[in-house]
Amino acid sequence: MSKFKKKKKGVPAVNTSALPDIVFMLLFFFMVTTTMRETELKIDSPRLPSATEIKKLEHKSLVSTIYVGKAKDTKYGTGYNRIQLNDKIATADDVPAFILRAREDVAEKEIPYMTTSIKADRESNVGTLTDIRLKLRDVNALKLSLSTTKANE
Amino acid sequence: MAKRDLPEINAGSMADIAFLLLIFFLVTTTMDVDSGISKKLSEKPPPDYDPPKIKEKNIFEVNINRNNELLVEGERMELRNLKEAAIKFIDNGGGLGNSSEDGTPGKPCDYCKGEKSPTSSDHPSKAVISVQSDRLTEYGTYVVVQDELLKAYTELRNRLSKERYGMLYTELEEQYKDNRKNEELKKKVEDIRNAYPQIISDAEPTSAN
Repeated sequence: MSKFKKKKKGVPAVNTSALPDIVFMLLFFFMVTTTMRETELKIDSPRLPSATEIKKLEHKSLVSTIYVGKAKDTKYGTGYNRIQLNDKIATADDVPAFILRAREDVAEKEIPYMTTSIKADRESNVGTLTDIRLKLRDVNALKLSLSTTKANE
Repeated sequence: MAKRDLPEINAGSMADIAFLLLIFFLVTTTMDVDSGISKKLSEKPPPDYDPPKIKEKNIFEVNINRNNELLVEGERMELRNLKEAAIKFIDNGGGLGNSSEDGTPGKPCDYCKGEKSPTSSDHPSKAVISVQSDRLTEYGTYVVVQDELLKAYTELRNRLSKERYGMLYTELEEQYKDNRKNEELKKKVEDIRNAYPQIISDAEPTSAN
C-alpha cells in the first residue's frame, strides 16, 4: 500500500544555511581585532633580545616605533645599524623630524605620554642606540621602551 | 496575466565569499603586544649645568666593553653574578638617606639587610647604578645587563613588600593596574617604589676609535 511506503533511506542533508552566519561572526571578530601593519619593513625583521623585567606598552596610538637592524637592500651595507623611520631607511638625524611629525597626530595634552619604542636587533650596537637617545632627548621625547620578547625564567 | 515570480537569489556561495574575507583577515591580523624594558630619559641639561656631586661609594659602576665583557666596580664579572652584586650594593644601607625637603636629616635604612659596609652605598635612595658601554657593545648584551639590574630591584622590592604587606611587589603592582582608583593600593605601591627607587643612569658610551 502506498500509504505505508517505506521511507527513503540515506542520511538527510545537514542544514548548512546557518554556516554563513557563523563565518560572518568570525569574520567580524577578526575585522575588529585586526591592526594592519602600517609600515613595511625595510630591514630584516629584528631579532629582539629577550628579558624578563618587561612592561607592556599601552595606548598603541601613542607609540611611535623606530626599527634598527640590517637593511634588506644591500646597498645600505650589511651592518646591523640601519635605522628605519616610517617606511624608509634614515639616519639618527632624522629622528627629531619623525617625532615631531608623530606629535601632530595626537592631542596636545597627550604628548607627554607618548612613548618611543625601539625595536633593535640584538646584534646592533649600543652606539646607534645612543645616537637615537640623544636625538630623542633633543626633542624632549623622554619615554622610551626597548622592545624585547619575554624570556622564560 | 501571468504572475511573474522573482527568481530566488542563490545564496549558496555566500559562505565562500565570507570565508575568503575571513581568511584574508586571519592572515593579516597581528595580535602581538609590544612589550619592552621601559626607560625614562633625563631631560637635556642646560649648558651651564653642574652635575650634582655623588660620592664615589654611592655609585655602582658597570662597564661593558666592546667584546661584551663586564667590568663591575673595577673587577671583571660574569653576567650571572651581576644581580647578586647589584643587590648587595643597593641593599647595603651603610649611612643616612636623603635629607627631606624641610631640612631634617635623612634616616638610616631600617629595612635594608645588607652588610652596612661604610665603603658601599649609604641608602637605596642614594645608590646610583651607572652603566657605561662602548659604542660597539652589542645591543643584546646591553639589554641583558639592564634586565639583570632591574631584576635586582624587583627582588628587593618583592622582599620588602612581602614583609610589609604580605604579598609580592609584582602582585601588588598587578592588582593596582587592574584597579587604579584604589588609594590604598596606590599608597602601598608608591611606598615600595620610594623605598627602592630605580636609579639606573646611562653614561655616555666610550667611543674608542
